[in-house]
Amino acid sequence: MSKDNQILEELTSKEYEHGWSVNYEADEAPVGLTEETIRWISAKKEEPQWLLDWRLKAFKSWQAMSEPKWANVHYPKIDLQSLKYYSAPKLASKPKNLDEVDPELLDIYKRLGINLNEQKRLQGIAVDAVLDSVSVATTFKGTLSKLGIVFCSFSEAVKEHPELVKKYLGSVVPMTDNYYAALNSAVFSDGSFCYIPKGVRCPMELSTYFRINAANTGQFERTLIIAEDESYVSYLEGCTAPQRDENQLHAAVVEIYAGAHAEVKYSTVQNWFPGSKEGVGGIYNFVTKRGICAGDFSKISWTQVETGSAVTWKYPSCILKGDNSIGEFYSVAVTNHYQQADTGTKMIHIGKNTKSRIVSKGISAGKSQNSYRGQVQVMKRATNARNFSQCDSLLMGDRCGAHTFPYIDISNSTAKVEHEATTSKIGEDQLFYCNQRGIATEDAVALIVNGYAKEVLNQLPMEFAVEAQKLLALTLEGSVG
Amino acid sequence: MSTLIKQDILVELLANVGTGFEQVRAAGKEAFQDQGFPTNKSEEYKFTAITKKLEQSIQNFAPAGAFEVTADQVKANVFEGYAGDVLVFANGHFQPSLSSTIEGVEVALLSEKADTAIGSIAKPGKDPFCALNQSSFEGGIFISVPKKAQIQMPILLLNFFKANGGQVIQPRVWIEAGDFAEVTFINHSVNLSDTPYFANKVMELKGGLNTQIRCYNLQNEGKNAIEVSTTETDIQKDGRFTSVNISLSGELVRNNLSINILGSNSEGNMYGLYLLNGKSHVDNHTNMDHTVAHSESNELYKGILADSSRGVFNGKIFVRQDAQKTNAFQQNNNILLSEDAVVNTKPQLEIWADDVKCSHGCTTGQLDEEALFYLQARGIAKDQAKGLLLYAFAGEVLDHITDESFREYCIAQVQRRLGSNF
Repeated sequence: MSKDNQILEELTSKEYEHGWSVNYEADEAPVGLTEETIRWISAKKEEPQWLLDWRLKAFKSWQAMSEPKWANVHYPKIDLQSLKYYSAPKLASKPKNLDEVDPELLDIYKRLGINLNEQKRLQGIAVDAVLDSVSVATTFKGTLSKLGIVFCSFSEAVKEHPELVKKYLGSVVPMTDNYYAALNSAVFSDGSFCYIPKGVRCPMELSTYFRINAANTGQFERTLIIAEDESYVSYLEGCTAPQRDENQLHAAVVEIYAGAHAEVKYSTVQNWFPGSKEGVGGIYNFVTKRGICAGDFSKISWTQVETGSAVTWKYPSCILKGDNSIGEFYSVAVTNHYQQADTGTKMIHIGKNTKSRIVSKGISAGKSQNSYRGQVQVMKRATNARNFSQCDSLLMGDRCGAHTFPYIDISNSTAKVEHEATTSKIGEDQLFYCNQRGIATEDAVALIVNGYAKEVLNQLPMEFAVEAQKLLALTLEGSVG
Repeated sequence: MSTLIKQDILVELLANVGTGFEQVRAAGKEAFQDQGFPTNKSEEYKFTAITKKLEQSIQNFAPAGAFEVTADQVKANVFEGYAGDVLVFANGHFQPSLSSTIEGVEVALLSEKADTAIGSIAKPGKDPFCALNQSSFEGGIFISVPKKAQIQMPILLLNFFKANGGQVIQPRVWIEAGDFAEVTFINHSVNLSDTPYFANKVMELKGGLNTQIRCYNLQNEGKNAIEVSTTETDIQKDGRFTSVNISLSGELVRNNLSINILGSNSEGNMYGLYLLNGKSHVDNHTNMDHTVAHSESNELYKGILADSSRGVFNGKIFVRQDAQKTNAFQQNNNILLSEDAVVNTKPQLEIWADDVKCSHGCTTGQLDEEALFYLQARGIAKDQAKGLLLYAFAGEVLDHITDESFREYCIAQVQRRLGSNF
């Protein structure tokens, strides 16, 4: 027992690694949210009239909505009027390439372990880095544009590809979808935009890094990925934030459109500041992510490693509209200290012969609460739909909780749906077996946890898997050795 | 929104209740007024639009009241070969002249037992229908099994329902069993009229140390019945409670079954079968609450859905922080036989203790084509083979009924259904 306590002690004393902030001059919107704020943001970003109208319409519908209460998370009410809705690093002029980007900004990313230059050279990943609200640097643009791939910040896309943005914006996540999606639609500041033309296989991983730097700001980024017929893209997203005592809000929207035979792989490593070990501060991560398999034989795969945020509220979903389309969701969610996570997925089977697979692994430690909330819906015309869901929870310590809320709604008799869930702690017999073979308890725990999450980590692209493994080890350090 | 105005309903229902339990009824009334009828926004009634159904089918929100039941009717509805005791109820009112006296068991009207702690187990704050029943239950029965009593033969609670004056029937049953007692109850309801009615039943069972209680429930109440059945029990140290619930029909049936495990080394079992056709809608909500260390629970619910029937299952397992070393298992399997059948299932685990083994599984599918082929290859006609496989599927639940005559009766009912309607 004392060993357990010691492990827990170490575990709970682990501090957040990315908890620094850099002082740079920022261009910020006035505090508060009114129609004026939205006009201010829109004007600041030199947006066309139609987008401003779209934002205002979203704002109107948002005003009529109320905050969702159904999630299994508890937090003090967020005062949305005390936030700043736009914060941009002050730049003299728009950078053309990395050399022109403020070295201090690049330094931030270097400290995050994402040296843009280095990554560019070594791994051939195109990175779009978003700091607070503005996209600061996009690498590899030239190489991609030769193939017809558009990978740029959202505001750039609005200027250069308005027809695409206009066509797809809000087509997967309507502006009235939910409270936070509506809020995002009204005030989103920037984000990434990605367009893969027909028949093109994106030769490199596309990657975005998000960071909230300024205090009292909300980050509302918007990501739009369009994969035309027969295309392929793998997209990575990473997030960090500085350590602050107050809670910060992150309400993003991600929309994915996949045409016939297209495949989109979306991987996230989310490491927002989780709050101190006493549960002070941290990010509220209220994110709406949804993809539509619009064409036949299309595929969308979500992989997420969630280690950060004080409160997470996130359900990456797939609408399987095209016949024979496939949706996948792989998730590892780790909560520690006072973190709360309510995460899962929705698989909506509309087309014939659609398949989905859900693998969710929750690990709760400290005094955290970890919930899986998922829905598998088979519509009436989705003949031969197939789903397999597995959600496992691992509990470390006796003050944490693991919860499972799977909704399974079947309206077609040819559907085959399976769901299974287990909850357990690391077995004493497993530890004993390892001990017997000369493996120290701490190493054995590490081994078991890694094995437990392997099925999901395997889905991540190589470079990300390494980072994710490190993160897992860090978050649970002490308990895993 | 709802045109069912809660006060209006209560006025009619409350006007007819007898004296006694004033405080209990007042608490129920208050709890009901707080909650109101569930809307389609209520998470607990998300897939079961019971309020809408009540508005459509029930015109007369008044208590149905007692009526005459004949000995022949009783005789016709007791299972063949049944050797146990029978207690007869007409719309929730006890009929002593038709009931057997059970040796070693005290049976009394609730009105004679004014100090019964009604609502202490099935708390009115948790569910509006439970609160409604507490405010205005009719008749009501008190059954007490003394310490160390081993009641070998089961006790059949035979309920006759008939819309009679009003259409609301609200029976209430209070059962308590002393330490080391063992007893089996069978609930069987019989519908005597075609007029729609709303039966809102509540049954509370209070166990002692090392009590063994089995409770079987057969729902076969005809097409016009709207029913909410709440059963809740407390299990103490070394106790065991087993529930088997068989639903064969009903326009809309909602079962709320809750087991609160309050003592260690105890066991709660829930088994259920729903075999639906036509437009039947059966909703099983179960709640297994482990509050102390060292206990076990098993749950198995199976459904076969034909025509445009709908099956809803929501199984909750709570493992509280102190409930270390809990083993909790839950399974829900469904077979859909028609294009229009719908199943909504939500197996839910909420766990706050770390040293536990909990799992749940849930499947929805069809009969195994290969098994079907295997039987056909051996000369068994397809329909027959289907019936055989479905019966095997259902049998797993029926096996948990220990009373032979009741089990045989259920098997016959299930087989008749599988042979004729599927």
